[in-house]
Amino acid sequence: MYDVVVVGGGPAGMAAAIRAKELGLKVLLLDDNDYLGGVLPQCIHPGFGIHYFKEELTGPEFAYRLMNKLDGVEVKTSARVLEIINYSDLEKFVVFTSPQGVQKVPTKTIIYAAGARERHAFEIGIVGDRVAGIYTAGETQTLMDIYGIMPGKEIVIVGSGDVGLIMARRFSLEGAKVKAVIELMPYPGGLARNIMILKDFNIPLYLSHKVVEVRGKGRVEKIKVVKVDENLREIPGTEFWIEADTLVISAGLIPNVKLLTEIGVAIDPSTGGPIVNDRLETSVPGIFVAGNALLINDLVDYVAEQGELAAEGAREFIENGGIPSRRWIRLVKGENVRLLAPHYLSGERDVWIYARVRRPMEDVVVEFPEIGKKIKLPVIKPAEMLRIKLKTEEISKAEDKITMRVVKHG
Amino acid sequence: MKIRVAIIGAGITGASIARVLSKYENLEVHLIDKNPDVGWGVSKANTAIIHGGYDDDPDKYPMRAKLCIRGNRLWHQWVKELEIPHVWNGALIVALKDEDFKELEVLLERGIRNGVPEMRIVDRDELFRLEPGLTREALGALWVPIVGQIGPIPAVIAIVENAVANGVKTHLETEVRGIKVENGEVKGVETNSGFIEADILINAAGLYADEISRMAGIDYFEIHPRKGEYWIFDEGIPGPKRVLFPTPTPISKGIVVTTEISGHLMIGPNAQDLPPEEKENTATTREGLEEVWEGAKKLWPQLPPRSKVIRTFAGLRPEPTGGDFIIKAEEEVWGFINVAGIRSPGLTSAPAIAYEVAEIIQRDLGIELVEKKKWNPYRREITHFFALSYEKVNELVKKNPAYGKIVCRCNKVSEGDILEAIERMKFIGVKTPSIDSVKFRTKATTGTCQGSFCRPRIIQILAREYGVPPWEVTLKGKGSEIGIGDVKVLVRGE
Ligand SMILES: Cc1cc2nc3c(=O)[nH]c(=O)nc-3n(C[C@H](O)[C@H](O)[C@H](O)COP(=O)(O)OP(=O)(O)OC[C@H]3O[C@@H](n4cnc5c(N)ncnc54)[C@H](O)[C@@H]3O)c2cc1C
Repeated sequence: MYDVVVVGGGPAGMAAAIRAKELGLKVLLLDDNDYLGGVLPQCIHPGFGIHYFKEELTGPEFAYRLMNKLDGVEVKTSARVLEIINYSDLEKFVVFTSPQGVQKVPTKTIIYAAGARERHAFEIGIVGDRVAGIYTAGETQTLMDIYGIMPGKEIVIVGSGDVGLIMARRFSLEGAKVKAVIELMPYPGGLARNIMILKDFNIPLYLSHKVVEVRGKGRVEKIKVVKVDENLREIPGTEFWIEADTLVISAGLIPNVKLLTEIGVAIDPSTGGPIVNDRLETSVPGIFVAGNALLINDLVDYVAEQGELAAEGAREFIENGGIPSRRWIRLVKGENVRLLAPHYLSGERDVWIYARVRRPMEDVVVEFPEIGKKIKLPVIKPAEMLRIKLKTEEISKAEDKITMRVVKHG
Repeated sequence: MKIRVAIIGAGITGASIARVLSKYENLEVHLIDKNPDVGWGVSKANTAIIHGGYDDDPDKYPMRAKLCIRGNRLWHQWVKELEIPHVWNGALIVALKDEDFKELEVLLERGIRNGVPEMRIVDRDELFRLEPGLTREALGALWVPIVGQIGPIPAVIAIVENAVANGVKTHLETEVRGIKVENGEVKGVETNSGFIEADILINAAGLYADEISRMAGIDYFEIHPRKGEYWIFDEGIPGPKRVLFPTPTPISKGIVVTTEISGHLMIGPNAQDLPPEEKENTATTREGLEEVWEGAKKLWPQLPPRSKVIRTFAGLRPEPTGGDFIIKAEEEVWGFINVAGIRSPGLTSAPAIAYEVAEIIQRDLGIELVEKKKWNPYRREITHFFALSYEKVNELVKKNPAYGKIVCRCNKVSEGDILEAIERMKFIGVKTPSIDSVKFRTKATTGTCQGSFCRPRIIQILAREYGVPPWEVTLKGKGSEIGIGDVKVLVRGE
C-alpha cells in the first residue's frame, strides 16, 4: 500500500513526490512519457526557477534538478494511468498500463499533477482545409526540441501568450520567418519579457485580430485574418490573407481533468481545474491536485510550490484519517477577478492565493474587504498570475467568506 | 488464362466490387487508386449511415431504390464477417409541422414498395419514449429500426484487407490518365506508374467517374460535387440514441443529429452544390457550418458550447446527371463498366452494387464466373487497446510489451495497436507513411486533444517502421509532409 501515488512526472508531480518522501511517506510517481519532466524537457529557453531555485535555468535544467532529488521515490515512466478507483475516503486504487502490462495499486492518497492540454484549431473556430502544417505551439516545440524536426519556414502564430511568443523566437532562431503573431484581445497575452521577442526579431503583432480560415492543398498555403471590435466581433471588410506554410496555435491551455471528473471531482468552470481547499484537496477526500491540472500557471516555480503543498496535505490526511472538518471560509471572485484558487481556506495556516484578472488595469488595489486587506499594484495583466499571501491572522478575521476584487486606486 | 479485371477507385464501391470479384477463380482483380491509401475519396467524409431504403423513389431512381435496401440487408452480414465497427440503432424521421406527416406517409408508402421491413409512424408519446432529448416541438416521426451506422473508412479498409487476402492486387498512388481501347474493346489503363492491362475495366472513380468515362469515349453524364459539412463534439456530451432526421426536402435528406459509432455527438450535413471543377474543394466554410448548427438545433436544442467542438469537416457527394446511380456495361466499349454517380446512399448500397456488377459481367459480357473452392469471407479487426479487458492486455504484453504502452491518451491507443496498423498498411500496399493511415485504423489523434500530444510520437513510429526520416512522414500523402527537414535545415541555408 502506498501512502501517495503521484500521477504525472512534470514539475508539480516531481516536487510533490520529493516533498512527500521528505515527509516520510511511501511514494510512487507515474508518468506516461518515456522521460520525466513533463513539458520542461521541450522548453529549452531560460526563465525557469528564479523563485524556486533562486537562479535562472532552462526547462531541462529545472527538470534535472528535481530529478536528482527523487532518490527514495519509486518512479515509473511509460506508465499511463487508465483509471482512478475511489473505493472510499480511506482506500483508493490507481490502475495504470506500461510495457509491463496493466497494474492496479492500492494507495491512501493521490496527488494528481497531470498537467494541461492545448486548445486546437477546431476549438477556436478555424475553418477551411484540413492540411499539414497546422500545429499547436507545444507540438511544434516537441517536434523541434525533442525530435529535431523543423516544421516549416513561413510561420503564423495564433495567440501572443508566452508559449506562442517563445515559439516565435524559437522559429526565428532556426531561420524561419515568423510572418505574424495574431492576438484576439486588444492587449498581448504574454509576460513583458517575452513580448520583447517581437521587437528583437521584428515580428508584427496584430492585436484585436483573429485567424478564421486556412487554405491549402497538402499543406497550409494561406491564412485568413480578420479584425475584431471591442466585443470581439469580426469587422466586415477587414479580412486579409497571409501566405505561410505553417500555422501555430497557441490559444491557451485547459487542465487535464478527465480522470478526476470520472470519479466525480467537482470542477470550477473558470479555472477548468478542480475546486480545492487550502491543502489543494479536491471534493473527493484524499485526492489532491497541483500544477496546471489545478489551474494554468505561468511560472514553473508556482507549480512546484503547489506540488509541495499537496504533499503536505497528503501527510495531514494520512495522519488524521482525513482532513479535519471545520467551518471553511470561502474565497470568492469579485470585480475584475477571472479565476482563483484555492476556493476554501481553513484559517489555520497562511495560504498563497493564485488568481487572474479579466482585463489589464493600471494603478490598482487588490482588496479583500471582509478582512480589510489592500495591496497596491502599478499594473495588472490577465497574462500574469497574481500570487498573494493571506496570513492566518488575516483569514481568521473573516466569518464565512473572503472576497477578492481588483479596483482602480483612489 | 484468367480474365484481368481492373477496378478504378478504392472507395467503398470499388473495394466492395473487388471483394465480390475475388470469389471467382477465373478473374485476376486489380484495384487502382491515386491516393496513398484506400477510402480517401468520397467514402472518407460522410454521415456513415446504413440507410433504411425508404427515401429513393423507384420510378425516378430505380437503381438507388433497389440497391439501398439490398445493401442494407447485405451489410448485416458483411459487418460480422469483416468485423467492421457498427451499430444498428434505427432512425427517426421527425415531423415538426402537421404538413410533415404527409411527407412521412409518402416515405412509408415508398418504403413498402421498396420492400423495407419494420417501418411505422409513431405518435408524440412513443417518439419521446424512443428519444427523450428531442425537441419538444416534435409531433411524431417515421420509425425505421433497420437503419445503422458504420465506420466508413474502417469498412473500406476491412473490405480491402479481405480482398487482398483473397488474391486482389492493389495499385496505390496510381492515377489513371488514359484508357486504351482497341477495336471497341478495353485493353487497359495508362497510369503515372505504367500501363496496367485489363480485359474488363470497372469505373468506380467517385467524383471523377465522369472524367474516367470520357477517357473511354463515353460522355453522356457529368458529375458535380455537392458539399456537406459536419461538426463533431467532444466525448461525454449527451446525444441521441437513434439517428435523427428532419423531414426531407427534394435535394437532401436533411441535417442529421446522431451519436456516431465512437460515441461522439455529430451533426450535419448541409447540401451545397459546387461546379464540376471543384472536386477537391473539401474546405469547411463558416456559412455551411452555421447552416448545419441552425438546422441541428431544430431537432436537438441542447447543443453544447462551441468550445466543445473537436472537429469540423466536409465531404463531397458525387451528383450525376439524372440523379440515379449509373451502373452498366457500356455498349460502345466492350469490357467497360461504369459504376458512376454513386452519391448517397452509396455507402449503404456498396455491397449490393458489387453483386450487381458481378451479374453484369455474367449477363452483359457473357462471362461465366467460376467460384473459387476456397474463398475466405473473414477478416479480423485490428487490436484496439481501449476495447480490451486488462487481462487481455496483459496476455498481449507478454508477447509484445508495446501493447502496454499508450501513445494516444485521449482514445487509449497503444503502440502495439499502431504497429499492427502499420503492418496492415503494408499488407494492402500503402507505400507512403501517413498519420491519417494510422488514424483511420486506430483512432489515434481523433480525441479531445486532436493529436497535439500523440502526433509527434506516431511520426517517430512511422519513420522507424518505414525507414524514412521523421520529417518525411506525411499527414495524408505526398505534399503533406510534416516537416521540411531537420531542425537546422534553414540555418544551414539548404
Ligand atoms: C456529405 C455526404 C454524406 C453522405 N452520407 C451517406 C450516408 O449516410 N449513407 C450512405 O449510404 N451514403 C452516404 N453518402 C454517400 C457515400 O459516401 C458515397 O456514395 C460513397 O462513399 C461513394 O463511394 P465510391 O467508392 O463510389 O467513391 P469514392 O470513395 O470517391 O472512391 C473513388 C476512388 O476513386 C479514386 N480515383 C478517382 N480518379 C482516379 C484516377 N484517375 N485514377 C485512380 N484512382 C482514381 C479516388 O481517389 C477514390 O479513392 C454521403 C456522401 C457525402 C459526401
